[in-house]
Amino acid sequence: MSFEQVLLMRNELVLVIAMLIVLAAEIFLSGNNRKLVIPIAVGAFAIATIIAWFPQPEGVIFGGMYQTDTLRQIMKNVLNIGVLLIFIQSMPWLRKPEQNFQMSEFYLIIIATLIGMGFMISSGDFLMFYLGLETATIPVAALAAYDKGKRKSAEAGIKLILSSALSSGILLYGLSMIYGTTGSIYFHEVANAWGNTPLQMLAVVFFMSGMFFKLSIVPFHFWTADVYEGAPVLVTSYLSVISKAAAAFIFMIILFKVFPTSIELWKNVLYALTIITITLGNIFAIRQKNMKRFLAFSSIAQAGFILLGIIGGNAMGMTAVVYFALIYIFSNLAAFGVVAAISNVTGKEYMNDYDGLYRTNPKLSLVMMLALFSLAGIPPVAGFFGKFFLFMAAAKSGYYILVLIAVINTIVSLYYYLLVVKAMFVNKNEHPIAWFKSDWATRIALIASVLGIIAVGLISHIWEYINAFSFGI
Amino acid sequence: MDFSYTIWIILVPFFMFLLIGLTGHWYKKAAGLLGTAGLAFVFLASYYTAYKYFFEAGKVDGVYQQIIGYKLLWLSFTDKLTIDLGVMLDPISVMMLVVVSTVSFMVHIYSLGYMKEEAGFYRFYAFLSLFTFAMMGLVVATNIFQMYIFWELVGVSSYLLIGFYYDRPSAVSASKKAFIVTRFADLGFLIGILILSYYTQTFDFQIITSQNGPAIAGAPAQTFMGFSILTWAMLLIFMGGAGKSAMFPLHIWLPDAMEGPTPVSALIHAATMVVAGVYLVARLFPIYSFAAPDALTFIGYLGAFTSLFAAIIAMTQFDIKRVLAFSTLSQIGYMMLALGVSGYGEHNGLGYTASMFHLFTHAMFKALLFLGAGAVIHAVHSNFTYEMGGLRKYLKITHITFLVAVLAIAGIPPFAGFWSKDEILVAAWEHNKLLFWVEYLVAGITAFYMSRLYFLIFWNKTPHYHHTPHEAPLVMTGPLMFLALMAIFAGLIPFSEFVSPDLTPYHTHLHYNIAIPSVLIALLGIGVAAAFYLKETSYPDKITAALKGLYKATYNKFYIDEVYMFVTHKIIFGLISKPIAWFDRQVIDGTMNLFGIGTLWASRKTKGLQSGQLQQYAFAFVAGAVILVLSFVYIWA
Repeated sequence: MSFEQVLLMRNELVLVIAMLIVLAAEIFLSGNNRKLVIPIAVGAFAIATIIAWFPQPEGVIFGGMYQTDTLRQIMKNVLNIGVLLIFIQSMPWLRKPEQNFQMSEFYLIIIATLIGMGFMISSGDFLMFYLGLETATIPVAALAAYDKGKRKSAEAGIKLILSSALSSGILLYGLSMIYGTTGSIYFHEVANAWGNTPLQMLAVVFFMSGMFFKLSIVPFHFWTADVYEGAPVLVTSYLSVISKAAAAFIFMIILFKVFPTSIELWKNVLYALTIITITLGNIFAIRQKNMKRFLAFSSIAQAGFILLGIIGGNAMGMTAVVYFALIYIFSNLAAFGVVAAISNVTGKEYMNDYDGLYRTNPKLSLVMMLALFSLAGIPPVAGFFGKFFLFMAAAKSGYYILVLIAVINTIVSLYYYLLVVKAMFVNKNEHPIAWFKSDWATRIALIASVLGIIAVGLISHIWEYINAFSFGI
Repeated sequence: MDFSYTIWIILVPFFMFLLIGLTGHWYKKAAGLLGTAGLAFVFLASYYTAYKYFFEAGKVDGVYQQIIGYKLLWLSFTDKLTIDLGVMLDPISVMMLVVVSTVSFMVHIYSLGYMKEEAGFYRFYAFLSLFTFAMMGLVVATNIFQMYIFWELVGVSSYLLIGFYYDRPSAVSASKKAFIVTRFADLGFLIGILILSYYTQTFDFQIITSQNGPAIAGAPAQTFMGFSILTWAMLLIFMGGAGKSAMFPLHIWLPDAMEGPTPVSALIHAATMVVAGVYLVARLFPIYSFAAPDALTFIGYLGAFTSLFAAIIAMTQFDIKRVLAFSTLSQIGYMMLALGVSGYGEHNGLGYTASMFHLFTHAMFKALLFLGAGAVIHAVHSNFTYEMGGLRKYLKITHITFLVAVLAIAGIPPFAGFWSKDEILVAAWEHNKLLFWVEYLVAGITAFYMSRLYFLIFWNKTPHYHHTPHEAPLVMTGPLMFLALMAIFAGLIPFSEFVSPDLTPYHTHLHYNIAIPSVLIALLGIGVAAAFYLKETSYPDKITAALKGLYKATYNKFYIDEVYMFVTHKIIFGLISKPIAWFDRQVIDGTMNLFGIGTLWASRKTKGLQSGQLQQYAFAFVAGAVILVLSFVYIWA
């Protein structure tokens, strides 16, 4: 393998280097210098993100196990941007004294999972896919249990690892049937040998079930509630945004490339689960009073919307999913960023704590409002365009009733998103959260998110660029 | 020649708006200089563009070209129906660049002095930049949808600036009135755009206005209530223009808009935004001319009526800004009328040329009048003519420049207004004698009320002033002098060499048989005004007493506002809104509440599903997979 071929893995390579830098910093820094690991880690990752941006040739290595092209690179970049925002947001949190002994773990684990996601997205066969998937999942359990002292956090970790073991089991079962019936694990060979026998259809459903677990599609979503609530805020935002986006990307690629002939099967499954997920996700979210749980539950419904882009099997849907993921990352991270900032300073996490926030912290309230508008899909912020294109992709393939149900559900979601806006701007409160000055890291992350929320929707080049590389069945 | 730099003419004010709006509170006073510097760039770039366009790159084989300087595909609905954002340069858009940048730049400089004491100084400059951005985007629009977007942005910035003194209830209600009335008109505009684009499958100006394009050569044959569908579309589009340009009966917002700071009145409500309607009709002129001549005739009559109506009201007002506001209405009526009597091609297009010419000269002398009025108000702290008089002794520069503007608007040669008004009268004479006589009368009335205003301010009796009025500083008188030069010399531009409906230059010459009578009637108006108001006399009171009822109706602007109040409050609110509100509250809300209650109920019922027990989660997981397999692999396979 030549050096050029190794460089095809540039994204993963730079991430490994970033990880090693963090590790080395952790080893060599001691005493008061230990806190330096935070800027080092964020800086290293930022550089890695930038390097991964440069154009790169397409290619296949490891005999077809690993492949990369521009679309996959875009997907990885989307994930990197999201993680960078989370890293910046994490700085004030990790600087707190109670995190003193585990600052670098946060970065190490997240970069490790990101490497896994990179391999997963670039996989050319089911083995690499599975390895990537597990690399992206198992360390997350450690992250969920990050607040070691807290019982809920530990519970989150153990629930995540057990649930994911179960889902991996079913997924692997499906993969073994695929291998058993086609004699290959390579995507293109499987696709060629695919015959839609009952056993193979069973395999597809099992494979999908495993992915639904990652995407937290109803009824495979139950773990999310406890894990999202128990894990620290930033881990929750990581789980609900980055993990899901990565899973959605590879899910879509495999369905389009490996199982295009089973489209009759998987579109029926997606049809049913989209309706159930969006509806139940909204119903769950409506009664949440804890902001973290509220955002986490609303992310279940958002995942349901992503399925709308997949179901049509067309290139526009693929563009819409990537585009939506990008917007969703900005919007959700802005919302989580505000929640994290408030929780960091005051420890308050409930919706009624936000009453009258606009009077004391107008800028934070405005950011929150924009983020929620974007999540709900109100023009002219980007979230509107994200949802619009997902709906358009589904409608293009003729799923009018499904789109109608989705539209009704966005109205329901508007209700609970606006509840928070109402709390901040309308509700009276004698003792609102006092004014506080957020630190510069939070500010940078929030400003970047807000710019993203506004710009991604308005600059049509982004959509056109993704669209240029998307493919359908 | 590459005109792609023209995008910066739009973007620079936009960035200035963001910069000043977001950070202006740090450096308050410097915000004005910053905004003015931005506008200086726009000003220079616009003049440079005008020079390049008219004298070097614009004309090919004797015909001016429509040059797309910059184009960005923003949203595509179908292959043909796309929304672009871009810059189109043609004679009228380049002329508008000059008008907007000149007046805006002068207003920026002037406001450095006029608004100096205001608390919201930086906010004012941020909004001015926003307005300039919006107006520039409007005039260079490559397609009707871009125009609509910026049209609304202009409306928003006008709203923000009229309501600049948001602690005054009158300013707040004036800003709301302006926004609601123009927005209501824009509803027609939007529907018109949708009809037009539905039948032509394009938004692009170049395509819809081209001779063999879908609107003119392939005009749809459908008719509705006796008029062709295009006539309806063009009338609806004109409704938007009538709202912005304050044509009767949508004019009611403009006099109230004078609640805004005076420089804003000069910029937005005299020179630029209010002529957007005229510009819109001019932009779509080939469609009006060929496919919807009925609509064009209507525009002509409406313009004539508005100009007469407003001129009569202007004679009786005492608030100097309101006199100017009504005179603006009247002059815009002139421009509309000129478009209405215009044909297409060669000398037939004289009305079109005259309309644009008058737009140009009017912008200069009306901005001058408003800024002069601002200087007067600045000196005596009152808007009312009965608290003024004899100011020629105190405000020397203001006096001279104001006089120049009055002579210009009255149509006295060689000032600018004479030349453009003469062309309008010639065009009207050639196409419609009735409209000509209306305008001839209005010319006399205009000369009368403008001289009346001038004499009341600068001559007449001198009241007792608390402080001796003093001349404004140079930052304010400088723009006055510049605009005065424009008001003197702008009329000498041979406009038909540059602007014509078919983009082909032609020659015009002075028609003495029309010019001389029109100068005579203007002199008559001035003479009557001088007799009444040069010194304090009893004539005005006598005439007022003699025409009591008529005078009162005129003074109260013919009770149009009251008619609106009656229609909106009694008829719309009482007879239509109330029953609808009942239906909305009981039936619609009831249904929605039912959904809401149902959703919450479902939410409560499903609460138990999330038990926290991992075994149950695993069960649901496996059961889910099994059900999926059963249903989709075995049952419905």
